[in-house]
Amino acid sequence: MDKSKETKTTDYPAFFRKRIFIIIAVSITPMILVSGIILYQFNRSYHEKVHAHLAELVLKHKQNIDGFLVEKLGNIRVLAKTFSFEELSDESFLRDRLEMLQRGYGPVFVDLGVINSQGLQVAYAGPFKLGKALYSTAGWFETAIKNEYVISDVFLGLRGLPHFIVTVRDNWKGESWIIRATIDFVAFNNLVGNIRVGETGFAFIMNREGELQTKPLFDVMPDKGPYLEFMKTKLKEKDDVQIVERKDAFGNKNIYVAAFLKGGDWLLVYQQRASDAFSDFRRALRVAFAIIILGGLAITSMAYLLSTRMAYRVARMDKERQMMDEQIVETGKLASVGELAAGIAHEINNPVAIMVEEAGWIEDLLEEEDFKEGKNLDEFERALKQIRTQGKRCKDITYKLLSFARKTDSRIQEVHLNDMLEELVAISAQRARYSNVTINTNFQSNLPLLEVSQSELQQVFLNLINNALDAMEKTGGKLEMSSKVEGDYVVVGVADNGPGIAKANLSRIFDPFFTTKQVGKGTGLGLSICYGIIKKMGGEIEVRSTVDVGTTFYVRIPLAKEKEKEEVVATT
Amino acid sequence: MSKKDIAGTDRIKLLLVDDEAGYVNVLSNRMAKRNIDVTKSLSGTEGIQALRKQDFDVAVLDLKMEDINGIEVLKIFKKMDPDMPVIMLTGHGSEQAAKEGIECGAFDYLMKPCELEDLIKKIREAVSPGR
Repeated sequence: MDKSKETKTTDYPAFFRKRIFIIIAVSITPMILVSGIILYQFNRSYHEKVHAHLAELVLKHKQNIDGFLVEKLGNIRVLAKTFSFEELSDESFLRDRLEMLQRGYGPVFVDLGVINSQGLQVAYAGPFKLGKALYSTAGWFETAIKNEYVISDVFLGLRGLPHFIVTVRDNWKGESWIIRATIDFVAFNNLVGNIRVGETGFAFIMNREGELQTKPLFDVMPDKGPYLEFMKTKLKEKDDVQIVERKDAFGNKNIYVAAFLKGGDWLLVYQQRASDAFSDFRRALRVAFAIIILGGLAITSMAYLLSTRMAYRVARMDKERQMMDEQIVETGKLASVGELAAGIAHEINNPVAIMVEEAGWIEDLLEEEDFKEGKNLDEFERALKQIRTQGKRCKDITYKLLSFARKTDSRIQEVHLNDMLEELVAISAQRARYSNVTINTNFQSNLPLLEVSQSELQQVFLNLINNALDAMEKTGGKLEMSSKVEGDYVVVGVADNGPGIAKANLSRIFDPFFTTKQVGKGTGLGLSICYGIIKKMGGEIEVRSTVDVGTTFYVRIPLAKEKEKEEVVATT
Repeated sequence: MSKKDIAGTDRIKLLLVDDEAGYVNVLSNRMAKRNIDVTKSLSGTEGIQALRKQDFDVAVLDLKMEDINGIEVLKIFKKMDPDMPVIMLTGHGSEQAAKEGIECGAFDYLMKPCELEDLIKKIREAVSPGR
């Protein structure tokens, strides 16, 4: 029996794990998928947005710087066209022109110089003592004399300071001459230096040889990074901007934005750490991950909770079903035995009645005088009495069998349980005294009324009390009766400290015809009848017993239904 | 004849209806010794025929019989002789039928098998003039 039970038992931990896994998979998969898609889309559009923003920034500054250079060149060209070589060769005139320019455009122009075709500076106005310097060997002079106008790269020159110059060539009496203006490096540097975004975004200018034309805010290694690649690129549009993301020499991922200046001679480079440029995105990413992790945790814990509850419920339902199966078997067993018993009882009743009456008839006849003198008269009378006694015993047995099948008085009525129990204790008191048993009662006062069959309930408790007294008949002892409300039930306890019931017998005591009493002392039906009665009332009967300690029967009787209780409350 | 015979005043005329022949026979024997003349009927039909032939002081009627239900027999008896008391014999656990019988005018009922003394006591009660 135990084996079949084991095979029926579900593997609850596996069931539990499977539920958890399914719930987690079903909940987390869509969450991760949706979050992943959203993050991917967000990442893309955010990158696009940042790129577009930086491209615009760089383009604006490129136009700004180009505009600046064109404007300065324009100023000098106007000077060359307006005045002749002769006029400008006069240093005081040249100084006036410088002052005029500085007055008009601020201290952008540092100095002016006029140089003839041999590279000799014929006039100079400015803060440095460059006087009649000879530039015939200077690199910039060769370029300047060949071109109509030149904007040089930044160089140190004679003065030993970084600067760049704007030169315009013109002719006077068949000879080329050059007017040269130095642009204030600081003012120009500021044009680029002011480009600052975030914590790490900065800009600088470098020429085609990779030499820096402005002072970058942070260290830049021109031979590393994508700068030279930018140089090699041939742009279709002059306003094109190139954007690249890659790791720099220090291992940091940077975003590089570059645009050509000065007709492709210079490169305006903006660079920023990717982590800085996309800091908002990183923050959003962190929040998203936090939400995903929290969501995952919530789902996992919910899955755990739900599965635990589900597993618990399934386990309980299985247990209940198993109990119900057992009960059905038990009830079926009792019912079939009951029917059989009732049939036998009916069939036996009549022959027994006839036997008893025939014995009575013989007794009647024995009273006639013929027999009075018979030497065996006493023995006849004893035998007849015995027939009647045994016939009565048969009748008792059939009565009990019939009680088992059909209850004596099953009318439902209101029962004061405590009063009824007191009555039963009083009835049993005499017998208890003979057996040297003391009966103690511990009844909860104000028990609600029960709606059951009084005579059936009496039968149950009388049976239990009698059993207890039987158990303690030889030794004496204590019988404890108790009643109390527990939830929707009244629980009555009948406890003795008799010899107890052996474990092997404990599961069989409610079986019909099972008895441990001597032959002729018990029918083995008492507890079966109790069991049937209590089950019919919707209650339960339970036994706990320890050998040599005692036995306690607990009878749980359901209270009257809520509706009726409310009515009682309403009327009181 | 026994002493009881002489001691008895009027003999009671009783109609016993029960389909258990052995029981009817022994009862009639024993009752005869107790001043009761028993007319035996082994079915409801026989009982009705017997009542048609003569009057009885009292009837004892088994409720469970093969041909006609005891309650039906009781109703017919009550129509034929409303003054005749009827004592019913029922099987254990058939109180419902017994109560139905009381409602139909039966004097009382006894659970079968019953002690002869109880039955006779009930019979004397039924025929006592004070009733």
